[in-house]
Amino acid sequence: MNAIVWAMAAPVAALLAMLASVVLSRKRDVQRRQVCLLLAISGLLSIAGGIIGLFAPPSTTSLPFGLPWLPVHLRLDALAAFFLMVIGLLLTAVAIYSVGYLRSIARERSLTPLGFFLSLFIVGMQGVVLADDAYAFMVFWEIMSISSYFLVTFEHEEESNRKAGFLYLLMAHLCGLLILGSFAILYVAGGSFEFEVMRTAELSPVWASLAFLLAGLGFGMKAGLVPLHAWLPEAHPAAPSNVSALMSGVMIKVAIFGFLRLVWDLVGLEQSAWWWGGLILAAGSSSAVTGVLLALQQHDLKRLLAYHSVENIGIIAIGLGLAMIFVHFGYPALAALGLVAALYHTLNHAMFKGLLFMGAGAVLHASGSRDMEHMGGLIRTMPYTAALFLIGCISISALPPFNGFVSEWLTFQAALMAPQLKDVFLSALIPFSAAMLALAGALAAACFIKVFGVVFQGVPRSRAVAQAREVDRWMLSGMAIPAVLCFLLGVLPIWVIPLIDAVPQSLLHTGISHSITTSGWLWLTPIAQERASYSPQIVLVVLLLAGFCFAMIHWRTRAKRRTAIWSCGNPDPTARMQYNATSFSQPLRRIFANIYQPQEKLLRSYYGHSLLVKKVRYAVHVRDLAWHYGYLSIRQFTEWLAKRTNWLNERPIHGYLAFTFVTLLILLGLLGVLV
Amino acid sequence: MNLWLWNIVQMVLLVGLAPLAAAVVKRMRARLQNRRGPKLFQPYRDLAKLFSKTPVLAERASWLFRLTPYVVFVSTVLAAAIIPVILIDTPLAAAADVIALVALFALARFFLALGAMDTGTAFGGMGASREMTFSALAEPAMLMSIFVLSMASESTNLSTMIEAVLNGHLGLHPSLAFALAAMLLVTIAETGRIPVDNPSTHLELTMIHEAMILEYSGRYLALIEWAGQIKLLLFATLLLNLFFPWGMAVNDSPPAMLLAIVSWVTKLLVLFVLLALFENRMAKMRIFRVPEYLGLAFLLAIIGMLTHYILEVGV
Repeated sequence: MNAIVWAMAAPVAALLAMLASVVLSRKRDVQRRQVCLLLAISGLLSIAGGIIGLFAPPSTTSLPFGLPWLPVHLRLDALAAFFLMVIGLLLTAVAIYSVGYLRSIARERSLTPLGFFLSLFIVGMQGVVLADDAYAFMVFWEIMSISSYFLVTFEHEEESNRKAGFLYLLMAHLCGLLILGSFAILYVAGGSFEFEVMRTAELSPVWASLAFLLAGLGFGMKAGLVPLHAWLPEAHPAAPSNVSALMSGVMIKVAIFGFLRLVWDLVGLEQSAWWWGGLILAAGSSSAVTGVLLALQQHDLKRLLAYHSVENIGIIAIGLGLAMIFVHFGYPALAALGLVAALYHTLNHAMFKGLLFMGAGAVLHASGSRDMEHMGGLIRTMPYTAALFLIGCISISALPPFNGFVSEWLTFQAALMAPQLKDVFLSALIPFSAAMLALAGALAAACFIKVFGVVFQGVPRSRAVAQAREVDRWMLSGMAIPAVLCFLLGVLPIWVIPLIDAVPQSLLHTGISHSITTSGWLWLTPIAQERASYSPQIVLVVLLLAGFCFAMIHWRTRAKRRTAIWSCGNPDPTARMQYNATSFSQPLRRIFANIYQPQEKLLRSYYGHSLLVKKVRYAVHVRDLAWHYGYLSIRQFTEWLAKRTNWLNERPIHGYLAFTFVTLLILLGLLGVLV
Repeated sequence: MNLWLWNIVQMVLLVGLAPLAAAVVKRMRARLQNRRGPKLFQPYRDLAKLFSKTPVLAERASWLFRLTPYVVFVSTVLAAAIIPVILIDTPLAAAADVIALVALFALARFFLALGAMDTGTAFGGMGASREMTFSALAEPAMLMSIFVLSMASESTNLSTMIEAVLNGHLGLHPSLAFALAAMLLVTIAETGRIPVDNPSTHLELTMIHEAMILEYSGRYLALIEWAGQIKLLLFATLLLNLFFPWGMAVNDSPPAMLLAIVSWVTKLLVLFVLLALFENRMAKMRIFRVPEYLGLAFLLAIIGMLTHYILEVGV
C-alpha cells in the first residue's frame, strides 16, 4: 500500500480517539481504555508510515477541504517520515503508559478534556509533519499549540499552572507569528502557499537571511533554545506526566522538523550565509550548557527534566549548526554526518526523555510529590521503575553502551572535522562548541547522579514516599518500550543510521551510509576506519562477558553480612542527614556563582542564647538570567507603554469614533501612496 | 590472530602490574620522606586479603550498591584492553576511540557515584557530589587536550594518533606542549593524587574518592581499589604513549616487543619519580581551589587548540 495512506491513517486514528473521548465520557473506564487503544494504534500507524516513507520515494496527496482555492496538500518524504516515526515510537509507549497513569486521575476528575485535547494535540503534530503547504502547516501548528495549552492547564485549580499556561500561550503565539512572517517572505517570492512552489522560489540573499532569522527565532522559541527557553521549564512540568513526556519528547522535535523543513528544504541552503550555521551553533552550545547548569539547581523533578530538554535541544542544534556550516563551505558529505548526528540525537532524546518523564510520572503517582527533597529510597519500594529510570539516566548522560553516547559521539566526530574548513574563525569556534558539548555531557552525568541518588537511593525523606508502591504493569510496560529502544539504539547504530540516512539523501543528495557500511556491521566508522571507529557490540559483549564471569564468582561466594552504616559514632542517623538535591549541587552553585547569582536565606532560631540553636532553616533560590534580564524587562516595558497610552482608552464615545476616522484616513492615504 | 593474543597479553600486563605500579609510587614517596615504605608486593597481599574476607553491607544497601564494583572494574579493564600499551596497532583499539575511552571512564565514575549515594550516608553523598563536580570540569579539559592531538593527527583513533606522533609528521608543534601540560594536570586530578585529592587520607573536609567508597568492604572494596590502581597505570600509559610514543612496537616481532616493554617500564619509572617528587613538594589544595586548577587545564588546552590553528594549520 502507498506510504502516505499509512501515514494518513495515523491522524485518523487519533481523531477517532478524540471522538471516543467525547462519546464515552459517561463511562470513564471504557473511555480511558478506548482512547489509549486508539492512540496506540495511531502511534503504530505512524511508525509504519514513517518506516515505509523512509524507504519509498516521496508521495503526495491533497484532501478536498480547507480554503476554496487551496485544498490541504500532504506529502510524505524522508524528512517527514523520520519525524513521523519518532512521534509514533513515543506515542505508542505513552499510550500504553497512559492506561495505567490515567486511572488515578480518572478517580478525581473527568478525563474528557484530557483525552480530547491529547488526541487533538497528536493530530496537530502529525499534521505539521505531513503538511505540504504553508496554510495547512500553520493550521496544524496552531492546533498543536492551542490544544497543548489546554493540556498544560489541565489541572487548572493551581494558580501556578494557569500562569504557566498563559506564558505558554503567549510564547506559542509569538512563535506562530514569527513563522508566519517567514512563510510570508516565501509566499511573496513564489506566489503560492504550496511548498512545491516555495522550493523553487528565488530569494535575494537579504530576504533569505530574513526568512532564516524569522524561522530560527520562531522555531527556536518553540524548541526552547536559550535565551528563548523561559516558557519551557514552566509549561512542561505543569502538564500531566504523560503529556510532559510527549511535549518534551516530541513536540519540541516538531519545531526542529519545522526548522529543517523551512530553512533547509524551502529556503534552501544554497544561498546560506556563513553566519547562519554559526548562529545556530552558538545558540546550541549556549543552550546545552545553560540548560544543564540550570537543571542542576532544580529540586522539582519535572522542572529539572524540562531544563534537560533545553540542553538536549542545544546538542541537536550543535549538530545542525555544524551541518549548515559544512554545507556553506561545500562539504556535503560532512554536512550529512552533522545532520545524521542531530537526527540521531532527536530520536534518542525522544526515547530517553519520554522514559524519564514517564518515570517521573510514576514517582509522582506513587509518592504524590514532585519535590525531590521529599523523596529517597524508592529503589526498594519501586524496583522496576528504578531500573527503567536508571536506563534513562545512563542514556541521557551519554554513557556507553546506551544511545545518548552514540549521537554525542557522532556530533564530536562532525565537530572534529572543522580543520577542513578554510575559515579560521569558524574552525576555531567549532572545537570550542565541542568543549561545551563535553562540559554539558559531564554535567548531565552529575545531574542524573543527583536525580537518581536523591529520588531512588538512600532513605525516604517523607512518610508518603516510604509508603510508595510499585506502579502497575501498563505503566511499567509503557516505560519498558523506550528503555529497550534506548539500549537497541545504543548497540545497533550501524543498522539505524542507514534508516536515518534517507533524510540527508533527500536534503543534501548525499549520505554517510556508504562510509558507515564499508567496514562491516561491527564497526561504526562515520568517515573512515583510520579516522575514528566505535564498536558498541564489542563494548557490550566485553561488558556482558565480564559481568557473567563476575556473577559466577559472586554466586559462589554469596556469604555477606549486613550491618548499620558507619555514622561516625552517631547512634541513629536520620533521613535528613543525607545529602539532598540542594546540598549535592552546592559545589557547582559556588563554582558557577556568576551564572546562578544564588540568593541564599539562612534563618536561625535560638533558645535564648546564640549557642543554643533551636532550628536552622536554609533556602536558596537560583535565577534564570534569561528570565530575569530578558523577559522581566520586556514585561516592564510593556507595562510602561500600556500606562503611557492609557489616556487613549479613557475617551468618550465620539473620541473613539474620531480615532476610527483618523485611522481610516491614514490607511486610505497609505493605499493611495502604494498603488 | 597473533595481534589479538598480544592485545590480551598487554591488557593482562596492565591489569596485573597495576598494584605493583601503585606500590612503586608509594615507596618512592616514602623514600623521599626518609621512610622505608611498604613492600612492593603489599598491594597484592591487601587485595588477596580483601578478596578472602566476607563483605559487610549496609542494611539498606540495594542491588545497585553490589553491582557497582563490578561495573567499575569491568569498564576499567575494558579501557585497559583498548589502549595500546606496547604494541601500537592492536585490534581492540578500534573498538573504542579516545572519546569512547573517556566515556568508559565516565561510566565507571557514574556507577561509583551511584554506589556512594546508595546507602544514604552523608559521606557518600559528599563524595559523589564532589567527584561528579570536579570530573565534570576535568572531562572537557581532557577531551580538549586530546582534541589538539586529534586535530594534528586527523584522527581520534588511538593507534592512528600514536602513529602520527611517532612518524614525526608533527615535527615541533607548540600546541602539543600546551596539550601535554593540560593532560598532566587532568591526569593528576582524575587519578585522585595530591594536590587535588589525597589517596591516603580520611579527613572529611578534603577527601573525594575515599568518601565515596567508605561503605565498601571485602571483595567489593578489593575490586574498587584494584580498578583505582589500574586507572593510575592506565592514565600514565595513555599520557606517555600519546605524547612520547618512542620505543613502542610497530609490529609484533619479538625484539620489537621486548624493546617496547623495556621502554614502557623505563618511561613509567621516570614519570613515577616525577609524580612522587611533585606529590612531596605540594600540599593538598583547598577543595574550592580545585576548579581554578581544572580551569587552568582547560585554558591550556584551549590555548593549545588556538596555537594549532594559528601556527600550524596554515603552514
